[in-house]
Amino acid sequence: MNLSNPNITEFAINLLSVLLLALGIKGLAKVKSSKYANRLAAFAMFLAVIGLLSRYLLNPTTGISIYSWSWILVGTTIGSLLGVITAKRVPMTSMPETVALFNGCGGMSSLLVALGEAIFNSNFNSVNSSNLFVGIISISITIFVGSITFSGSIVAMAKLQGWLSTPNWTQSKIRHLINISLAIISLIALIDLIQNWNINSVWLLVLGSLFLGIGVTLPIGGADMPVVISLLNSYSGIAAASAGFVVGSQLLIVAGAMVGAAGLILTQVMCKGMNRSLISVLFGGTLASQSKSSSGGGEYTNITSCSVEECALSLEAANKVIIVPGYGLAVAQAQHTLREVTKILEQNDIEVNYAIHPVAGRMPGHMNVLLAEADVPYEQLKEMEIINPDFPATDVVLVLGANDVVNPQAKNDSTSPLYGMPVLDVQQARTVFVIKRGMSAGYSGIKNDLFDLPNTSMVFGDAKKVLSELISELKELGVGSK
Amino acid sequence: MSFETGLWILLLGSLLGLELIGKVPPTLHTPLMSGANAISGITMIAALILIIEADKNIPLQIIGSIALGFALFNVIGGFFVTDRMLSMFDRKKSKKINRS
Repeated sequence: MNLSNPNITEFAINLLSVLLLALGIKGLAKVKSSKYANRLAAFAMFLAVIGLLSRYLLNPTTGISIYSWSWILVGTTIGSLLGVITAKRVPMTSMPETVALFNGCGGMSSLLVALGEAIFNSNFNSVNSSNLFVGIISISITIFVGSITFSGSIVAMAKLQGWLSTPNWTQSKIRHLINISLAIISLIALIDLIQNWNINSVWLLVLGSLFLGIGVTLPIGGADMPVVISLLNSYSGIAAASAGFVVGSQLLIVAGAMVGAAGLILTQVMCKGMNRSLISVLFGGTLASQSKSSSGGGEYTNITSCSVEECALSLEAANKVIIVPGYGLAVAQAQHTLREVTKILEQNDIEVNYAIHPVAGRMPGHMNVLLAEADVPYEQLKEMEIINPDFPATDVVLVLGANDVVNPQAKNDSTSPLYGMPVLDVQQARTVFVIKRGMSAGYSGIKNDLFDLPNTSMVFGDAKKVLSELISELKELGVGSK
Repeated sequence: MSFETGLWILLLGSLLGLELIGKVPPTLHTPLMSGANAISGITMIAALILIIEADKNIPLQIIGSIALGFALFNVIGGFFVTDRMLSMFDRKKSKKINRS
């Protein structure tokens, strides 16, 4: 926007749009207003488009040509259609992947804008053309951040979907060498761009930062993926703000900066929940590879396995039951079956609560979304700090597809890589049932000492199958018919 | 807009972002992330500017159109998915009111 020739209408609309965006983000952080706030933010984005169009439409010397309209229509139709279809079709269990995918596309958009400017723009009337130096810097930074956001997000999505595993070489020190080289290549390209405006360097910068995004994300273990997605979300905000400098839009700078800052806060919250520093998440490799050098491994010596029937008997005799859900529940799509089990228990006046670890699942709040889908009452979802003192007075704990968040190593074993991570104290309950497909390690790849404890019994099987068997066993015992 | 003005806006916008979501209940972390992610698609404005200003420069307009598509995929998809997640909290809330 050129302030020497201000377009008052656009300015007023943009101002309102930014105000509504800020209110939207604020409202999204509260349970009561979140849904309304999301729609408010969407409306604010719509306003921003109207504001921009008014700049050209209200100015008789510019207008918008029929060519431009058709290209706008093509992009809008295809993008919106795919967006709606994806959003409606994707199952709630794969929310993290979906956010990663959307995020990557946002980064790609910023990247393309900057790339288009860099390559084809000889007489582009951006405000920054008077200040070519600033223009080139912002174009270069947008390309750099946009590329990393794009390739990083796509790798994160592929890893969460199981399309990509963590290659072994990425756990050796070589990866640092490769990533540092890629960073240096990108930096050289950046400097060459800024100093000499050498167009070939644009391609070097794109390639360098795309591979850097892959190289940085690939070695990160699945347990740390939410942190990475949140960080990449922050990056896409930075890319948008930077694109704001490229096209001279204050609105873009504000909105991008807000998202960038919000993403950073969320990243910090998640790191705190796992008791890890951002540095160790980004450069430490997977937890399992860290544990090989310490004493995190080892064999199970005292596993007790039991049948669904025994589990049902214990549940029938219980007064107080706590459910600990984890990613396994999401994978098995067992949230509705679980809700049926707990309904039966509640009919027998058994108190049921859900212990929600801050990083259970693949994203903070992942379990809340999943259980809400199954109509679990909000007040039964208890946060870790609130429910931890309740475990000693609990008769039965059902651990469903959770692993690392219930590992007592985090409290007892100072050599464990998990040491210091806040965990749910399930072992203090009278009986613990762990419903699990097999003895494989959790996402961190670390042995879980809980499974060896005398009051822990393993019920092997797919969560959904075990739970539906549990329902028929409970009904046979006459539970729920009262 | 001068570069300095832009930097001021960047700084104040970042501070605003930090303040806005200081405290968030864990329930809302995923929807908030998804909502904020949708807002980062504001880069669609940049794509629009590119298309309009690049009038009749076909390659540039094609790039702008693709960029607009990617951005709108992010925006529309992001808001719809967030709405879907938040509707789940909603449905349960309304049922509670009916029961009591």
